Amino acid sequence: MSEQQPTVTQATLVKKAAPKSDYKPADVSPQRRVQRTFAVRLWSIRHSRLLEWFYSRFADVFLLLHPLWKGIGYGRVEAPVKFVEKRVKGFMFDCRMCGQCILSSTGMSCPMNCPKQLRNGPCGGVRANGNCEVEPDMPCVWVKAWEGSRNMVHGDNILTVQKPVDQSLRETSAWLRVTAQAATARETTQKAQNTGASA
Amino acid sequence: MNARQRDENPAGIHLPLDPLPGHTSRGRLERVLRRGEFAVTTELNPPDSADPEDVYNRAKIFDGWVDAINAVDASGANCHMSSVGICALLTRMGYAPIMQIACRDKNRIAIQGDVLGGAAMGVANMLCLTGDGVQAGDQPGAKPVFDLDSMSLLETIRIMRDNGKFLSGRKLTTPPQVFLGAAVNPFAPPYDFRPIHLGKKIAAGAQFVQTQYCFDVPMFKTFMQKARDLGHTEKVFILCGVGPLASAKTAKWIRSNVPGIHIPEAVIKRLEGAQDQKKEGKQLCIDIINEVKEIPGVAGVHVMAYRQEEYVAEIVDESGVLRGRQPWQREIRRDDQIVAERLDHILHDEITETQVDMVKTAH
Repeated sequence: MSEQQPTVTQATLVKKAAPKSDYKPADVSPQRRVQRTFAVRLWSIRHSRLLEWFYSRFADVFLLLHPLWKGIGYGRVEAPVKFVEKRVKGFMFDCRMCGQCILSSTGMSCPMNCPKQLRNGPCGGVRANGNCEVEPDMPCVWVKAWEGSRNMVHGDNILTVQKPVDQSLRETSAWLRVTAQAATARETTQKAQNTGASA
Repeated sequence: MNARQRDENPAGIHLPLDPLPGHTSRGRLERVLRRGEFAVTTELNPPDSADPEDVYNRAKIFDGWVDAINAVDASGANCHMSSVGICALLTRMGYAPIMQIACRDKNRIAIQGDVLGGAAMGVANMLCLTGDGVQAGDQPGAKPVFDLDSMSLLETIRIMRDNGKFLSGRKLTTPPQVFLGAAVNPFAPPYDFRPIHLGKKIAAGAQFVQTQYCFDVPMFKTFMQKARDLGHTEKVFILCGVGPLASAKTAKWIRSNVPGIHIPEAVIKRLEGAQDQKKEGKQLCIDIINEVKEIPGVAGVHVMAYRQEEYVAEIVDESGVLRGRQPWQREIRRDDQIVAERLDHILHDEITETQVDMVKTAH
């Protein structure tokens, strides 16, 4: 499972053999994604309960507006909604726009920020201080997710096994998708009830 | 020459065993575990070569001491012979490999193909891993794939096996019969989530789990207590990961350089205080095995002796975990024996057969 050489690893040899250069990119991890601060992301996780409450109201409003979205056409509203969603969620959660948001199942900690993009729990490499194996300065997304989920009403959603990411949904609006799906589900139940009542 | 060993197909050692009720695979490891025997697995150090003999020689030293051999999939993100390749060689010789699949290098299309290929070669056990990040290995410039994670990988293979379908829903004509494994690390944060996380892996399809190196037995005991309380130990076979430390220096290096391995100070003190650190490391491993085998719910040990593979037999023998049982070992079959004797005769006994002589004797 792991290497046990003392002192020199293959990785150090490779690193040493790399050509020397004056330009050393600052604040960049092997994943090219390091940022200076995680303050906002961590704030969101600390206030996961509030955000959970807010999001459920927000989703209701969006669903209420379904006739409007449908009237204008989901295709036409996509661009502005996506614009807002990307910036709001980007600021709050460092959203990566996977298009299939599961924030409410992961304690408001975006799992796509995990360098391995794990959506079902932490890997075995979490450091003893709770930081990431790949990006030593970043708190592990899943350690934080577990903490966040403990504050939430439906925190046990963290136990559901998530399907693999559908890469074809990247850079699309999760808000609109969820709304459209909820509307379809509502219509089918109504239809079933109507047929049940008439029969 | 020999009576047929337990868990061996009489028609050929490379063939799958008879299916048994309640078993999902036709392999040896599942049989050993379901019989309630204390299982021993180990890891084969993958060669950096294209010579099959390298694999056979490395597997030979485990003969008769282990129930299954992990074929690692570029562990630590270092490039070696692939796990599929190692499995192809090992199954040919009748060994029971555990094919590791790491999500780092392959996307879901390649992985599902490898699962079918592996199962067709006779691989009965598959271990689903997330895999180390590429930054840890010898090729840090590689593209990290991580298309699936260990959990969705487990679920994918379970669906292939139980529903006979690809992830896409397309049907398989013959589903793979495999015993599914996963890895757990009770020694990394978030500690209180780890037992619950194990439950999630069981829900996704894990039938056995191998843990990360255990050097902190009290910590492992707490984990097992929680796992028992949650009822996990009835649904999954837990193999505790153990291994010898070569020296105190190695231990310190691992502690600061390999994330996810927790080595308490007491262990390093004990190694530092020893005359022969290598011997002490081995003894420490045996002591840990003796402690963990008594923990209820532990179904076996997974001995990882990287670059100290020759110690595996000693460790297993001295700890007495097999309780007199002899795991399967490769033996020369009767017909092979006859051929070998004939060859010996032709090669070493001085017999000159010229065509002229042969013609003379033919009349």
